[in-house]
This record gives sequence, C-alpha cells and structure tokens, in this order.
Amino acid sequence: MIAVQQLTKRYGRHTAVEDVSFHCEPGTVTGFLGPNGAGKSTTMRMICGLTPPTSGTATVDGRPYRQLPNPGRTVGVLLDASAQHVGRTGREALAVAAATMGVGRHRVDEVLDRVGLGPAAARRRVRAYSLGMRQRLGLAHALLGNPRVLVLDEPANGLDPEGIFWMRGLLRDFADRGGTVLLSSHLLREVEAVADRLVVIGGGRIVAQGGKDELLAGVGTVVRARDTEALRAALRRARLAVSDGSEGLLVNADTDTVGEIALTAGVALTELRPAGGGGLEQLFLALTASAPSAAVPATGNTEPTREVVR
Amino acid sequence: MTTVHTAPEVTPVHRPSLARLTAVELRKLVDTRAGRWLLVTIGLISAVIVALLLVYAEAPEQTFTVFFSIALLPAGVLLPVLGILSITSEWSQRTALTTFALVPRRERVIAAKLVAVVLAALGSVVTSLAFAAAGTAIAGATGGAGSWRVEGALLAHAVVFQVASVLMGAAFGLLLLNTPLAIVAYLVLPIVWSIVGEVVRPLHRAAEWLDTGRTMEPLLTAEVTAGQWQRLAVSLLVWMVVPLVAGMVRTMRQEVA
Repeated sequence: MIAVQQLTKRYGRHTAVEDVSFHCEPGTVTGFLGPNGAGKSTTMRMICGLTPPTSGTATVDGRPYRQLPNPGRTVGVLLDASAQHVGRTGREALAVAAATMGVGRHRVDEVLDRVGLGPAAARRRVRAYSLGMRQRLGLAHALLGNPRVLVLDEPANGLDPEGIFWMRGLLRDFADRGGTVLLSSHLLREVEAVADRLVVIGGGRIVAQGGKDELLAGVGTVVRARDTEALRAALRRARLAVSDGSEGLLVNADTDTVGEIALTAGVALTELRPAGGGGLEQLFLALTASAPSAAVPATGNTEPTREVVR
Repeated sequence: MTTVHTAPEVTPVHRPSLARLTAVELRKLVDTRAGRWLLVTIGLISAVIVALLLVYAEAPEQTFTVFFSIALLPAGVLLPVLGILSITSEWSQRTALTTFALVPRRERVIAAKLVAVVLAALGSVVTSLAFAAAGTAIAGATGGAGSWRVEGALLAHAVVFQVASVLMGAAFGLLLLNTPLAIVAYLVLPIVWSIVGEVVRPLHRAAEWLDTGRTMEPLLTAEVTAGQWQRLAVSLLVWMVVPLVAGMVRTMRQEVA
C-alpha cells in the first residue's frame, strides 16, 4: 500500500505540489488524474524517493521508499518509458535490472512474454522501439521483481487501443490478486475504465478524491423544463447549486431530488437525467477548471479541455 | 496502519550487495555499442602503437619496458572518457530514473561505479602487459633487443597512473553530470591550466604542483622521487579528490527527472 501525507514541493517561489495526501489500498487501482503540469509526476517521483519533498512524507508498505531494502521487489515503478538507454536491447535493459534486484534470468523471459514483447523485439535496441513498445518494456521492467505495488506514470501513453485494453486487463488482474496500483493519466477514459478510486489533482492541489462511483454520482443532474426560470427558482429555494449547461440546467443533486422539487413546484419537465453521460470527463473538467491553478497560467485552464476532447 | 504490523510476514528481501552492484556496473560498461567500442578502441590503438614500434623503433629500444610504457598511453587518454561515460550516460540516457529507483541509496551506486571503473583500469594494465609481451616476443624473433627485464616499480606506477586517470574522469562526470561538458572540461581545463602556468610567471611554481600532465609523467617510468610523489598527490587532490567529493554531494542531491 501507498500512503502519502501532506506532500509539498516548492521550486523557489513556484509550488509544484501542495499539501497532497492520499492512500492506495491493496486490491485497488487508484487513478491519479490531472492535466499536464498539475503535479502528478512530481508527486510520483517524491513517492519513489527520486525527488526530495519540501515537506510531508510518502511511504510504500509502511516505509519511506529510500528505506526499502530492495525496492524493485516491493514496488514496480514506471515513471518514464523513454528513460532507457537507447543503445541497449530490450532484453539487456531487463537483464541489468534483474541482476540489480537479484531475480533469476527466467523472470526476464516471463515478463517479456507477459507484456507481449516477442523474442525478435527483445533483441532489438531500444532506439528502434516505438513509444508503445517502450511502454511495454517499462511495464515489464516494473513487473520484473514480482512486486505487490505498482506506480505507473502515464503508462497508456503511446499504446494503441488494443494495447490500452490489454493493459487495463493486466492492471485489473494485478489488483484483483491483492496488488496495489497507482496509475496516473490525463486520458480520462483510460482511468475511468480501470480505476476503483480516483485522486484528482489540479494546480498542485488535490481537488477531489474518493471512490469512482461515489465521485461520479456526485456529478449531478441535467434537467430541462419549458419554464426554465420557474424551475431555477424552485431549485434555488431548495438551496441547490444550479448552473446553465449546454443541454439544460445542471443541478448538484440526484435525479430523485430534482424530480420531487419540480413536482412540488408544479413545473413540467421535458428532460431529467443524470449528468453522467460524460462521466468522469465532466467531473474532471469541472474540477480542474475551478481548481486554483498556481502552476498553470490563466490561459492554461483551457488546456485540459483540448486533451480531453482528443 | 495494519500494514506496518504485518510487514514481518513478507519474505525477507535483502538489499543488493556492493559486489552485485559492481558486477552490474561492469556489465553496463560493455553492454552498449558505445561502451564496447571505447574498450575495443583502447585495445586497438595500443596494438597499433606496439606494431609501429616493432617496425620503426631502433632495435635496442624494442624492450618489454618500452613496449609497456607506450602501450599504457592510449588507455591513459581514453580511460577518463570511460569514467566520465559510466557516470554521465545515466543522466544523458535518463537511466538514472530506473537505476536510482532500484537502488535509492545513491552512494552505493556511485561506489559500485567507481569500483567498476577502477577494475577496468586494472584490466587495461593487464592488457598493456599482454601487448608488451607480444611485442617483446616478436622483437626477440625479428632481431630487436627483446629484453624482458622490467622493474616492479614501473608496474606499480602504471597502476597508479591508470587508476588516477579513470577516477579523475569519473570525478568530472559526477560533478558535471553531462557527457560533452565533462569530456570538454576534463580535456581542456588541464591544458588551459598548463598554458596559464607557462605564461603567468607568478603561477609558474603552482603549475609544477597542479598540472597533472606534468605531475603524472614520472609514473610512466620506474623512478619517482619523493618530491614527484608530493607534487602528484597535490595535483590529484585538486583534480581528482576535490571534484570527486563535490561530485558525490551533487549526485546525491540531484533531482532525477
């Protein structure tokens, strides 16, 4: 398991990560979500002891990463698929890591097989690898020490749809067998499909965290009526937050509540449904757009939108 | 957290020994084309130089001692590059990310790297001995002096020469963490220093003590005086020990991204 407590990282006057706390439990996949520059990678590097935090602590299996005797056997780390010597073959990169961790050479073949890198691909130098192949190699590297915890930064990056589907299955299986997975992404669909829990970060701060279903349920309701203003007034009287969506009013309550209020107020509805059509996407957009973004310049708030659409 | 209490149930995992880490670092010296070619180049140049001596040197000079002293030179120039690359390639290739994730006690990685390059330096001395032996044998058969006489002191000096060379390179690598910068600094700084030492009269005496080009030269002979040892020690303190210590501090603190 991973425990992050009040991690903060400042670079001079710039705060990259501020007061970030969350837990990842065995048997779960935690999606670590946020736009680029939100502080995901910095947080993960702090968890892995590669970046010293300004304040706060992070532990893996109850210990600070740097105090793990042989970290590769406890936690598999993939922080950047491009961080491999391009002059080594895929197999050699794994063999070096296996020798460092003290795991047998047979593990190299096992993980190569597990991530779908065939003998021909394993003999090629990393220079000739596509980003997707590098991600597979990085995942093989993370699995090599047979760890119980995985920390993966944007592992779906560069994978084709079939590869993404495959990795989803692999991570789900890893967690179902009692493993702990922390997986970052700005590709919302990817995380939504595999995560049990979500931690959403924007501008270096956590803007939301909790169970995926719970967070999605909190997204609200889309409601339309012929007499929009009467409906709005009724909802306001019930002290619900109401905003104008593109398809009607967005209400921060479930459909039952909104329907009851409309009935009591005698307003005829033309549409009433959960705003979950876009699921996490709307949550993500709403949260990151309103997040205090010290890290992102004013115009940066629109950046995640484009990534999401893609 | 309950996890803390259940921790002892976990199968004991030992931290990698320094011997294992050194073996890994030795492997990393040769498992890329760049590293292999560097070693092959050192060997080839030594072989070519010995061959040239066989063809062009006067017969009385074709002795084991001469062959050996000359065969040391290519390694003396290129071993520092090996030392630099062993450190800086982790940063230029960004493998530091995986290396330090697997071994977060960075001082252990650094120690393993230093031991590995020192072993490589010792290996180069053995190779030079082999080339010298081959040259002497051929010289004996082709009318050269072919004298096998060699003083033990020369061998010891050669070891000091190569080990100091490779460690100076590693020190520059640790300090600068950037391949081209470290190589240029390593090659250019001593030259600049010796020029300055020549030109600026008040620095003349300092140059005698700090120019490694001059202080290390006696190591290629069997005779090194006490004064020469002192100068060597002072110059190595400045060009090897100080950058090594400062470089370790920097590498320990450097954020890996």
